[in-house]
Formats: sequence, C-alpha cells, structure tokens
Amino acid sequence: MSVLKVQDLAKSFGGVRAVQGVSFTVEAGELLALIGPNGAGKTTCFNMLNGQLRPDQGEVELGGESIRGLAPREIWRKGVGRTFQITATFASMTVIENVQMALVSHDRRTLGLFARTAGLYRKEALSLLDLVGMADQSERPCGVLAYGDLKRVELAVALANGPRLLLMDEPTAGMAPQERIALMALTAEIVRARNIAVLFTEHDMDVVFAHADRIIVLNRGELIAEGAPEAVRANARVQQVYLGSGGHH
Amino acid sequence: MSFSAIVIQFLNGLAGTSSLFLVAAGLSLIFGVSRIVNFAHGSFYMVGIYLAYSLIEYFGRGSALGFWGAILLAGLGVGLIGIVVELVLLRRIYQAPELFQLLATFGLVLVIKDVALWIWGAEELFGPRAPGLRGGIEIMGRTLPEYDAILIVIGPVILGLLWLLLTRTRWGTLVRAATQDREMVGALGVNQAWLFTSVFALGAFLAGLGGALQIPREPANLLLDVTVIGDAFVVVVVGGMGSIPGAFLAAFIISQIKAFCIGIGTVEVFGASFAMSKFTLVAEFVVMAIVLVVRPWGLLGRPQAMPRHAGAAEERISLASRPLSMAAFAVLAILIVLPATADTYTLVLLVDIFVFALFAASLHLMMGPGGMVSFGHAAYFGLGAYGAGLLLLKAGLPMELALALSPLVGALGALIFGWFVVRLSGVYLAMLTLAFAQITWASVYQWDEFTGGSNGIVGVWPAEWLTSKTVFYFMTLLLCGASLWLIRRIIHAPFGYTLRAGRDSPLRADSIGIDLRRHQWIAFTIVGAFAGLAGGIFAFSKGSISPEGLAIPRSVDGLVMVLLGGVQTLTGPVVGAAVFTWLQDEVARQTEYWRALLGLTIIGLVLAFPQGIVGFVKARLPARLGGGL
Repeated sequence: MSVLKVQDLAKSFGGVRAVQGVSFTVEAGELLALIGPNGAGKTTCFNMLNGQLRPDQGEVELGGESIRGLAPREIWRKGVGRTFQITATFASMTVIENVQMALVSHDRRTLGLFARTAGLYRKEALSLLDLVGMADQSERPCGVLAYGDLKRVELAVALANGPRLLLMDEPTAGMAPQERIALMALTAEIVRARNIAVLFTEHDMDVVFAHADRIIVLNRGELIAEGAPEAVRANARVQQVYLGSGGHH
Repeated sequence: MSFSAIVIQFLNGLAGTSSLFLVAAGLSLIFGVSRIVNFAHGSFYMVGIYLAYSLIEYFGRGSALGFWGAILLAGLGVGLIGIVVELVLLRRIYQAPELFQLLATFGLVLVIKDVALWIWGAEELFGPRAPGLRGGIEIMGRTLPEYDAILIVIGPVILGLLWLLLTRTRWGTLVRAATQDREMVGALGVNQAWLFTSVFALGAFLAGLGGALQIPREPANLLLDVTVIGDAFVVVVVGGMGSIPGAFLAAFIISQIKAFCIGIGTVEVFGASFAMSKFTLVAEFVVMAIVLVVRPWGLLGRPQAMPRHAGAAEERISLASRPLSMAAFAVLAILIVLPATADTYTLVLLVDIFVFALFAASLHLMMGPGGMVSFGHAAYFGLGAYGAGLLLLKAGLPMELALALSPLVGALGALIFGWFVVRLSGVYLAMLTLAFAQITWASVYQWDEFTGGSNGIVGVWPAEWLTSKTVFYFMTLLLCGASLWLIRRIIHAPFGYTLRAGRDSPLRADSIGIDLRRHQWIAFTIVGAFAGLAGGIFAFSKGSISPEGLAIPRSVDGLVMVLLGGVQTLTGPVVGAAVFTWLQDEVARQTEYWRALLGLTIIGLVLAFPQGIVGFVKARLPARLGGGL
C-alpha cells in the first residue's frame, strides 16, 4: 500500500482554482519531488497535505487512513514529519532541547509539571543529532546557528516521531549550492535506510534531478506530468511550460 | 421605556459619543503610527478639562467667545504638552520593548496626576454651562440640553475633518502609510521623527479637546485619567486599532450602551430587581469581549503586520549555577533567622514583599515563558483576596480553609477568562486581560450588598494562632517560598518548555503535535491560582480588602516588578518585587506626592535599564555565575 495517496484534490480561492483534480501516490523509501513554475499551486497543494488548508474536494490517505481536514498537530501524530521553507525552530532553546521537545511531545508528556526537561530523552535526542551531523553542536543555542545547521536541526526534529512520511517544503532554500547537495544527499541516505516516504518541493533542478526517484509537475493547479526524472526531463509539455521558460536555476 | 424616552436616550448616547471618539481617535492614531499604547492618554483628557476650567475662569464665565476660546486653547495646550512628552521621553524609547514603552507612559500617568493635584487640588471643580446654550430643546415632550445638541454635531464634524486630513493631505498619506507599514515608510526616506512628533501632538490635542468639551457636563477630578483610559482602550479595541471610523463606530456603540443602561434604570427579572445603571461598566466590557472573540482585530480593524525584526532572540533558561543556588540558600537562611532581631515594621514589610514576589513571579510565568502579556493580572490577585474574605465572613469557613481555597477562586476566574484570552495574541490579548480585570473590578465596586462596594470588606483577620506577626511571617515565607520553588520547577519542566516552544515558534509547536491554545489556557489557570494565593495571604495580612486591590494600578505594579527585574530572567520578578515594594514604602512615607516620585522612578528605570535590573547584572557577570538567574 502507498504511504500517501492523494486523490482528485482541489482548492479554490474566491473563484481562482489554485489546485484542481490532483492525484498521486508516494511509496515507502521513495523521494517524490513536486515541482512547477511560480504560482503553479505547489504551496497550496502542500498545505492541504499538512493540514494548514482544508481541501474543497478530494481525499488524502496516509497508509489507507483518511487525514483530510485534520489539524497539523493531529497529522503529525499519525506519523508525518515536516520541515519548512523558512526554518522554524525554538530560538530560546539549545539544539538538543529542540529535539527533546519533539520527543517529549511524541510521548504526550508536555503537561508534566515536575520533571526536569533537560534530562529527558537525552540519549535519543543525541542519536538523532548524530544522524544529521549536529551532535557536536548539541549544546549551542538555536538562535546563533548558521542557516544550513538550522536545516539539519529541523530534519532531526522532523525525524523525532519516527515518521512514515516527511513533508519538506523547499528543503534547501536559502543555502549555498554545495550545502544543498550535501543536505539532500544526507536526507536521501536517512530516508532510504529507514524506509520513509518523502514528498518535497524544490526550486533547484540540480537537487531535484540528483535525488528524486520520481517527479510530479504542477502547472496552473493541474498535474501535467509524472514519472522518472529522465522521462519528465524529456516531456515536451514540461519543457514548454517550465524548463523551456528559463526556469533552470 | 416609552418611545420618547428611547429617542432621548439615543440622543444622550450620541452626545456622549463625541468626547469618547476624540480621545479614542487620538489613541488610535498614535498607536497606528508609533505602535505605542499610550497609557497617559486619559491623563491628557484630564488635563484638558482642568485647563478648560482655569481658562474659563480667567476669561470670565459669561463670555461665549471666552468659553469656546478656552476650550480650543485647552486642547492646544495639551497638544503642546504632547510635543514635550514626545521629544523628551518617547523619542528615546521607540526601540525599547513594547512593554517598557507602556510602563514609561504609565509613569507619566502618575506624574501628571500629582502635578494636577498640586496645581488644582483634590476637590472636584465644577465648570460653568456654556454661555448662550443654557436652555433645552423640546423633543416629544422631553428636554435635550442645547449643549448636548452641539456635542452631537461636533463628533461627526471632527470625524469628517480627520478624514479629510488623512485622505487629502500629504501628511495624512504618510500617517496612513506608516500605520500600514512603518518600516517601509522609513525605508522611503520619510523624516519619521517629525511624523511621530506631529501625530503625537495631534493625538494629545484631540484628547485635550475631548476633555475640555466635557467641562459643562462633568466636574474636573483626579480619577478621570484611569476611567477615561479604560473607556478609550475599549473603544479602540472594539473599533479596531488604527481605524478612525472604527473608533467612531465603537464610541457610538459604547455610548449608546451606557445611555440605555442608565435610561432603563431598575428592572425586575424573576422577582429580583437589578439597577441597570450599575452595570454600565460591565456591559461595555462584555461588548468588548464579544467583539474580540468574534472579530479579533476589532469591527473595522485589520490584522497587524508583523514587525520584521521580532526583537532580540529570547534568552535561554538554564538551571541554577552553583554560586546562585548557594546565594539563594544564604538569603533563605537570613530570612529564617531574621525575626529574632527584626522589629514588627520590618516583618510586615517583608510579608508584603513575599506576597508581591509571588504575584510578580506568577505574572512572569505567563509573560516570560508563556509569552502572554497581561494588563489585568490584579484580577486574580483580587479574586483570591475577596474569595478568602467572603468565604471567611459570609460562608463562615475557618480561616485556614478560606486561605487554602483562595488559589481555587483565582484559578476559577482565570479558567473562565482564559478561555477567551488565549484566542488572541499580542496587544489584543493584553487589552482583553485588561477588560476582564475591569469587569471584575466593576462587579466588586458596584455590588455593595455582597462585596461592600467601594468600602471593601473589613475584619478579615487570621486565626488565633497566626495573630503573632512572627508566626504570620513564617507562614507567608513558607507558602510563598514553596510557590516560587514550584513556579521555577514548572518553568524547567516539560510544561514550561512547551509554553516557550509555543512562544518561540507557534508554527513549529503545531507541527510537533502541541495543542498550544490548550497549554496556554492551562498556564493561565495555574497562574491565576498562584496570584489568588498571593491575594489570599495579602487579605489576611491586612485584615481588610478594598477594590483598589484589583484595580488597574495593581496590575501595573505587577508589570513594573517583572520588567524592573527583567522578563527573561527567573530571579528577576522576585528582585523586582522586593525593590519595588520597598521603594514604594519608602517613598510613600516621605512625601504626599509619592505617585509623581514613583512615576519619575519608573521612567528613569526604563531609560536606564531596558533589560531590567537582573538582566543588567546578568549581562555583566561571567556566564558561569549568571546561569539560572
């Protein structure tokens, strides 16, 4: 069974059809890239999957169970991790505390009034940080990290609930080219080892073609192509609306 | 009510709209452009009415030219005061955290109040009726004073003039642009300093004019500042921050509610009679609460643009360093042996300090880790105090039980109010807490039979075994000390971390499964319990409770203590409470004008220590020693 199954998804904003009739699946251990020119509906589509927007129609199933219309925090509990285009971390906490926070929430211990948070799930948090190469910076405050390192922290946080699916919105935005390749290589390695499904949007075509197993292409809210990177690269319609218009950057 | 009575009340309401609109429009303009919530705006109104009184006396009461000239001059005079305030004080603190700006303007409230006391005295001053407008207009067999008819016209006229000023002049365009996006206007090379000064002057002028226009209708008195600022907050929040038409609409609604509550008089509901005129305050704050829940940005307001730099990154919170723990134990040891040598006066002062340290620490838990600023924290303190007193005297409970239940009373109030409060954020959240504090205050103040009204409750004495000041001291030390320890524990516990997570990044908190609103609601309730306990102890230490215990100034005391100590420190509120309580006690003994001194002290502290006392010390200590402060 597919990890994520999207069927006939649609959303309009005051008469503008942002997304219409989009269907696709993501399999375990697969990296699926969602690409398209600006205004194609990528963000709208993404936000309907992560619970920030409610679809007008269509169905979203996670492992066969509908998650349509659930709040982001409920979707997370079903095993969906997220990273953001602009990193969202807790600036007043250290790197390790950020991960500990996610682990505390995963075990539903956020209402605890007496335990010392600093001592909770340290080992688990450290091994997650080790995985993303941030263990040596675990005691640094998140507020002072370099941007690329913040992205790694976010990845560790997103992995904290042992997700089945990772939703990554522009995972390499704002990073230097070398860092981009390194981060996506790391992500690919982790998700394949853990058999996690990944759906990501991305502007950098080098990143997309280097790491995506499959690609889906949106234009004006509609799915216009789907397939392996080489097939999509060769697709005439994609070249016309997207690659042909100088979008290769 | 007959039809003619309804018409007259409607016209009364319209007359009341004008002054309220003038004050609120000024407040709204200033907030829109400078993002400063000017607590001193009610004081400008008050000065306006006093100035008008003096100028009319100077020009002679009979002359119409003198009367209207005096009103205009009073407005201009207040505008001039506004310019001075902006240039001398506000200009220096535009970059300071929002709350420090609020504190500085509250310091101003205290100074202006005492200056007014010094110039005009404590007696109410009755102005003359307007020359040539002493008669009334017959409407369906009832009389409307001619002056009220003029007022009905003045409000819309000024609304029109403001509208022209804002839409037809370059200055107005800049004001509107700055209200929408201040940084962009600065980036375009507009001289912001001049813009801010002129907006502040106009706002002050409007407030002064609004006050001056009321001189034939109400006596000038020293309570007007806080009453008017409460009303103006309600109007601005109901109408929408920064919206002038919104201010007019809200002023209209609030004035109508007031007029009709007074007009209806006493009503019979199921055999019980209610004097509706007593519920005006409650009614207007209920309207505000409803509007804020249904339309959080006010009737005609828009969501605020987020400032691009959200201020300095929040401070980390760490466990106490060894030297700090040792220092804490040393202080505790001193406090335990102290009663052997100290006199009663010192013990009583220390009990006050303990109580306010708990009050401030509970507010800090909400403001610091919780990220929710309360302007009305005194409500829960007062609920605890009144709860304890009433349980003792009306329910006949033993003192120990009444005290033990006081946190529950505070928590119950916070549970109910908190449900609304956590639906909002930022300035709107703060204003709603103020509204609920005012509702509580008004209920206590107006419900003579149950709460003793303005006199409060007397005879709230502790049990026999606690009558000794020393024993009471130890009980307070134990209760407050244990509570402070518990609060610190909560901040380091997963619950405290979760609150901070929500404050730092609501988006990330939501995406790791945290139901932020629920945690904030629980935090609000916990905080209410601690404040309630502080209030309960306070009631028994004084033997009486009065409505002042939960009025706006007490809430501001709490804010001063927390900010004085430093919001992002754990020991800050305790140090702040100690310094503030001691200072207030010292100053109050020295002079009749202690308020002004206190106000000047607050202003001085804001200018000198923008990070609070403990923050100031922390920045100058090596990290090894400062950890956990």
